[in-house]
Amino acid sequence: MTHAVAPNSSVPDRPSWLKRNKLAVAPWIFLIPALIFFAIYVVIPIFQSLWLSLYEWNGLYTADGESTATWVGFQNYAKLWDDPNFWTSLRNNLAWLILYMLAVPLGLFIALFLNQTVTGMRFYKSMFFFPFVISQVVVGLIFGWFYNPDFGVVGTVWKAMFCEETVNILGNATFTCARPVPDILSSPEWATYGIIAAGLWPQIAYCMILYLTGLNNVSADQIEAARLDGAKGWKMLWYVVVPQLKPATFIAIVVTVIGALRSFDMIAIMTQGGPFGSTNVLSHYMYEVAISEYGERYGYGSSVATVLFGIMLIFISYFLWQMYQDEKGLR
Amino acid sequence: MFPRPIEQSSAPVRYGYQAFLPVALILWLLPLLAIFLTSIRSAKDINSGNVFGWPSEFALIDNYTAVFTQSAAAQYMWNSVLITVPTVAISVALACLAGYALAIYKFRVALPLFFLFVAGNFIPFQILMVPVRDMSVQTGLYDTIAGQFLFHAAFQTGFCTLFMRNFIKALPFDLVESARIEGIAEWKIFWYVILPLVRPAIAALAVLIFTFVWNDFFWANVLTQGEAAKPITAGVRALNGQFVNNWHLVSAASLLAAIPPVACFFLMQKHFISGLTMGAVK
Amino acid sequence: MFLNVKTAVAAIALSAMAGGAFARDLVINFDDLNPGPKKGFDDAVALFQKENPDINVIVNNNDREAHKTAIRNFLTADAPDVTSWYPGNRMAPFVDAGLFQPIDDVWEENGFKEDLAAIMPTMSRDGKIWGVPYSYYQWGIYYRKDIFDLLELEEPQTWDELLAACGKMKANGVTPFTIGTKFLWTAAGVFDYLNLRTNGYDVHNALTAGEIKYTDPRIKATFTNWETLINECGFVDNHASMSWQDAIAPFANGDAAMYVMGNFSVDGYKNAGLTEDQIDFMPFPTIDASIPGAEEAPADAFFIPTNAKNVEDAKKFLAFVARPDVQTQWNKTIGQLPINSKADISDDKFIQEGFALLNGAAGLAQFYDRDAPAEMAKAGMEGFQEFMLDTSKMDAILERLDTVQEEVYK
Repeated sequence: MTHAVAPNSSVPDRPSWLKRNKLAVAPWIFLIPALIFFAIYVVIPIFQSLWLSLYEWNGLYTADGESTATWVGFQNYAKLWDDPNFWTSLRNNLAWLILYMLAVPLGLFIALFLNQTVTGMRFYKSMFFFPFVISQVVVGLIFGWFYNPDFGVVGTVWKAMFCEETVNILGNATFTCARPVPDILSSPEWATYGIIAAGLWPQIAYCMILYLTGLNNVSADQIEAARLDGAKGWKMLWYVVVPQLKPATFIAIVVTVIGALRSFDMIAIMTQGGPFGSTNVLSHYMYEVAISEYGERYGYGSSVATVLFGIMLIFISYFLWQMYQDEKGLR
Repeated sequence: MFPRPIEQSSAPVRYGYQAFLPVALILWLLPLLAIFLTSIRSAKDINSGNVFGWPSEFALIDNYTAVFTQSAAAQYMWNSVLITVPTVAISVALACLAGYALAIYKFRVALPLFFLFVAGNFIPFQILMVPVRDMSVQTGLYDTIAGQFLFHAAFQTGFCTLFMRNFIKALPFDLVESARIEGIAEWKIFWYVILPLVRPAIAALAVLIFTFVWNDFFWANVLTQGEAAKPITAGVRALNGQFVNNWHLVSAASLLAAIPPVACFFLMQKHFISGLTMGAVK
Repeated sequence: MFLNVKTAVAAIALSAMAGGAFARDLVINFDDLNPGPKKGFDDAVALFQKENPDINVIVNNNDREAHKTAIRNFLTADAPDVTSWYPGNRMAPFVDAGLFQPIDDVWEENGFKEDLAAIMPTMSRDGKIWGVPYSYYQWGIYYRKDIFDLLELEEPQTWDELLAACGKMKANGVTPFTIGTKFLWTAAGVFDYLNLRTNGYDVHNALTAGEIKYTDPRIKATFTNWETLINECGFVDNHASMSWQDAIAPFANGDAAMYVMGNFSVDGYKNAGLTEDQIDFMPFPTIDASIPGAEEAPADAFFIPTNAKNVEDAKKFLAFVARPDVQTQWNKTIGQLPINSKADISDDKFIQEGFALLNGAAGLAQFYDRDAPAEMAKAGMEGFQEFMLDTSKMDAILERLDTVQEEVYK
């Protein structure tokens, strides 16, 4: 019995495998919960969607629980190519991307306007930021009502200007208009711009707050030095201030691009993609195709989502590349 | 400072600026003011087209009570709370752990994993929609509160981890090093050294995630169908269908839906803005 | 809070099983929580329960929109013994996926082939019958009787009379038709009627079954008539930004005099302050006198899922809901029409007119979005809305619909 103790006594000298590899194992223990969650709800579904885009499926299972999906290869993508609604959506996505970018300079402009230290400035800054905090659903409802030709702001103003109040055949008050009230959200030409304008409101607020923070950190010395050199106004802004705001501009562009490509809420609230699909964007078209009342084409919807994902991937890659450069710089 | 501080300008410019500020603010918030005015009008005013004029009578209390008594708004609000609070708790907790791992340990896949979380944060929701919905239906999580907060928590973990990792990375690494030399266990370093230091980040994330998830509309549509689990954003839309032509009630409901994130913003403004503008200065 | 309804129902079902070993469970999923329809259903279930004390009926009533999503799941995962759903093309995906059972025997044994003859074609697919309807309602033109009286107009019987009446309305500052096309389907009602009157039931059916092209001269004729209707009668401005409920406002105010709608809209008119004396109903006027009048009459029905556990009692329930006395009572409660030709109807004037109309109908359409497959219906209704906004795009729209049609019915 006594000599059996000898080999055991060496244990305290040789740490266990776990102890020895503490620094290699520990990060995984910390990471595992987040990774599991993220894998189940984000990573795996991405690949499932890519895969599903090669099937035709109405989302039904048979009585035995078998999926009714059938393999169609790249047919869904071929169909997309001939689908006018897809191209309309893509064109609108482009319009969103370009016009939404206005939020960046406009946000900078308001930030410059508010970058003062008069009394109550904190209050003004938060109130200007206000629209960003509200749900896009509410913003959509507000603007939907704003544009409404019958009882909205546009309608009321127009009636005051171009219509006269008369009495109809039954003696009830009604309006006769020299020119019909513009129905912005039902006009295939203007509806998308109407929605983008509404979307810009919170987005400008977002860019504004990014620039306000950025402006706080602009080097006062450089500005003074430039002033001594006689720079002022636009020149000062363009050559001295804007370069120093580069990080803020970068973030502002990133969030604006993402916001533009993710635009869904406002369209769903204001027009549901109408009239006749002319305000659809890929994100809303996908939803409509896959799970709206007349949808249930899961495979086709997945192919729309895949295209949107592809577009977004360009921006994501660029963003990651930028981050990678920064990381390298830190080392 | 740029532009030149207004105090250095002549008196007329100074007063002009001060006078213009409130005007600009009113113009900027005009849509909001209009909807607020609508929400305190009576049905009579709305029907007679009195949209801009002074309300003929104030129906503030009537309208806001009507929203609660004539619809499931109270239920929707409560659902939003039940979805949002667990989401914040889970995603921030997961991100603290993951952010710590990615910031403190040097292992080969640390950067790729970090980029995975970052990329996941930016992908379009639509690519997840069909599989997540199908999975929720299969597991009985469809049309439940839990189904929504589990998804939101997982998705927001991407953003939270990005945020936490960068925050922890900016802390002095010596703290961890000296703790290790003293032989303190890894989880104790996390709990007693790092966690107290990341409190501001936790606060910033909490308000941000609260706002993001409270304002979510897409997933509410994808993952719910009935009153029992619908949050207020989707609820407001349902009310919009129910209160046809009753714009005073729709406005009141919309403003009610906006109150929690707005309150959250004003109460925790500093954290909110520091969270949102992270990266805007470097 | 965290449990969904299904689990709750399953729990109840379990406890019921444990309690009464003799009672057989019959699970029924229904899809209307609105007070009237809910009462109609609940009363019928109560009567069925009374007549069959040995059956333990478990009801799972859901909101209509929610039901549309839920059914896609519960037919596979947790099938009830009976579920409500719609006939026509709306049942097609479930029939094709093998999720419903054929119930020809129920029709055979109960003589439904005579009593429910008018609806049989829409309940059939692949040569089998899949469900039993309990109610339907008519579509047609609801109009402001007071405006017609003021202008000394009679109900127009023919197309020319309609156009003449429109002329008189317009001369007096009244817009003939109101409509709200924001959610698209309302325009399909107008299209269906124009097509049924221009070409008749068979052509309309062939179109929604994908056998006729949209650029077919006959369908073009329908659109030409529609153009005439828009130009010589006309619809309210801004209809594309209004829901069907929004569109009641100009009708109630007297700015517009007619509304092509289903009978469910009567409640809406009354809520907007109109009395029964101010509104009346007329069938959509004849366009071609040689074409027998077919009508739009969407029906609601019950089906038995393939995975039903208690098929025997499910069939008993289906036979029960089509019985004349049951249909009479049920439809009196919900203000709609019984389908069983032996049933009685209430003395509501709209119901009376609808009953007379549908009984004389040469065929019954289920509404465009139920007769055509979903993808076609969506494209078609968008096309209708676009056409109503700009009639000059007719050819482009019809060609596009042909492309969609080729894709959908391949």
